Amino acid sequence: MSWLERFARPKVRALFRKNDIPENLWEKCPNCEQMIFHRELETHQRVCPHCNFHLRLDAKQRLRFLFDNGEYQTIELPEVVADPLKFRDRRRYAERVREARTTTGLTDAVIVAHGELGGSQVVIPVFDFDFLGGSMGLAVGEGLLAAAQLAVLQDSPLIVVPASGGARMQEGVLSLMQMARTTIAVDQLREAKLPYIVVLTHPTTGGVTASFAMLGDIAIAEPGAVIGFAGARVIEETIHEKLPEGFQRSEYLLEHGMVDMVVHRHKLRETLIKLIGLLRDSGARADVVALPRTGLEIPSVGSDAKVSKGPSETPSGPS
Amino acid sequence: MYSYLDFEKPIAEIEGKIKELRHLSDDSGVNILDEVSRLQGKVDRLLRQTYSRLTPWQKTLVARHQLRPHFSDYSAALIEDFTPLAGDRLFGEDRAIIGGLGRFRGRSVMIMGHEKGADTDDRVLHNFGMPNPEGYRKAVRLMRLAERFDLPAITLVDTPGAHPGIGAEERGQAGAIARSIETCLDLRVPMISVIIGEGGSGGAIALAAADRVIMQEHAIYSVISPEGCSSILWRSAEHAREAAEALKMTSEDLLKLGVIDAVVEEPVGGAHRAPETAIERVGDAIERALAELRPLSGGELRSRRRQKFLEMGKLTLG
Repeated sequence: MSWLERFARPKVRALFRKNDIPENLWEKCPNCEQMIFHRELETHQRVCPHCNFHLRLDAKQRLRFLFDNGEYQTIELPEVVADPLKFRDRRRYAERVREARTTTGLTDAVIVAHGELGGSQVVIPVFDFDFLGGSMGLAVGEGLLAAAQLAVLQDSPLIVVPASGGARMQEGVLSLMQMARTTIAVDQLREAKLPYIVVLTHPTTGGVTASFAMLGDIAIAEPGAVIGFAGARVIEETIHEKLPEGFQRSEYLLEHGMVDMVVHRHKLRETLIKLIGLLRDSGARADVVALPRTGLEIPSVGSDAKVSKGPSETPSGPS
Repeated sequence: MYSYLDFEKPIAEIEGKIKELRHLSDDSGVNILDEVSRLQGKVDRLLRQTYSRLTPWQKTLVARHQLRPHFSDYSAALIEDFTPLAGDRLFGEDRAIIGGLGRFRGRSVMIMGHEKGADTDDRVLHNFGMPNPEGYRKAVRLMRLAERFDLPAITLVDTPGAHPGIGAEERGQAGAIARSIETCLDLRVPMISVIIGEGGSGGAIALAAADRVIMQEHAIYSVISPEGCSSILWRSAEHAREAAEALKMTSEDLLKLGVIDAVVEEPVGGAHRAPETAIERVGDAIERALAELRPLSGGELRSRRRQKFLEMGKLTLG
């Protein structure tokens, strides 16, 4: 073990552990302004127990709430050219990236994870909005390509959970090209006849919506999320009009036929499990149906296949 | 009335003098030919100097020049029997994107692109080249039609970007752009894009995920307008010049980055000074690209096109 691993690593870990202890034991709901105890917020998957407002999740929280038992593996993002344009605005882009890496502990705005969901393998790339607004540059593009390849390799569905302001300006036209590249990525799922599901979370806008995020076989939105292409402020300034109530929110998109469903965070796992089971016609898998009927509630796992067979069904295995 | 850009002031002054002299000679019969040709030489030198080192911001102004040739000028000059086709078959006809069948140098093609409009009324009619979802959906329809009849698809890109509007969002602007990109990347016929003026963000890439992306020398192609970038990253609209530099949106930079495949040299003083020449050169570039692509099978075209985009991001400005 080198000195670096022995000394530097534990220190780095200690730094992160410190961050895990919430500074405030109470958090205020941004919607109803009620104070919520942090443990209660955690058990409610950061949904306000008073008003059902969905608070933002970082990527790791999201993954923990999605995978069975909160267990998953992540893959390393492929290396990309750092700061290809040597971009500088009021600050250097390289500096902004360094800072985002320190505060989030991530290498870029996407984590690609795989593991089991309802007992079957899935690949889930999740965006972290805290990393430069979840913006899409070369690294995110590569991440999605890697995720799609892994899904095809594992013969498993791909579930993307974006939270992004759009393309990353600091990588200029190369970010724009990620719209084409991520489109190719998710097309690979289509070619392999594997489900590609998008869970649109707050916010999903710009170049991210105008590429892979709006190409899902099934589009799910979290309640109250802002989802759209052009920013509301830009639209208001262009048309000099007040925007309609609820404009670009999930429910508004559902009303206009742009998403399949708006799903409460507490129902997200079971919805995904059900959809994948239906798309792959795999709801009646042996490990699910063979469970004994004890009267206890079976933890969300593909229980729909059983229900559809009616109450008279005996607890024997599949034919 | 010819309209000069700010940085063309010295040129405007001399050209003004030339006009005055000509006027004078009409009246007085004085022979001023020598003087005129001397001044004309000066104008040519100045133009050559100015246009050989335009800054990214100056290129932005040139790319947006009112007199710069637009889609309709290109289709009129390059396409015989141009037959526009209208509508997305779902909601409406979007005049920000025009397209149709025609014959390019003897062979049938499908050509489409953004049209910004020539005068005020025309610009309003074409929504300043900012498409609504119907524009992209029409483009998709025409691309598929081209594919069915084994005709190459040619797109001319010239847009400030997608239209920011309530209706555009309600009718699924994002999805429409995504599906247009997806269609470009799926076509089994040659697909050639030319950035003729402004390649503005999602509205541009929607038509430009092509086998060959060709760019006019002074055109720009960017993820966001310099003004938009300035107001977001600098928190004020006053830094558009710096943003234009930082975004690396010129043909020279994009060729180095491998985002585009070829640059077409514009006539001295920009495409708006000699539109016929500028258009003809673009025609030649399209013809060259077509000659390279025609021998390839549909499957080869599609997989090479996808591979090209997958490999993007490896090259640097170095």
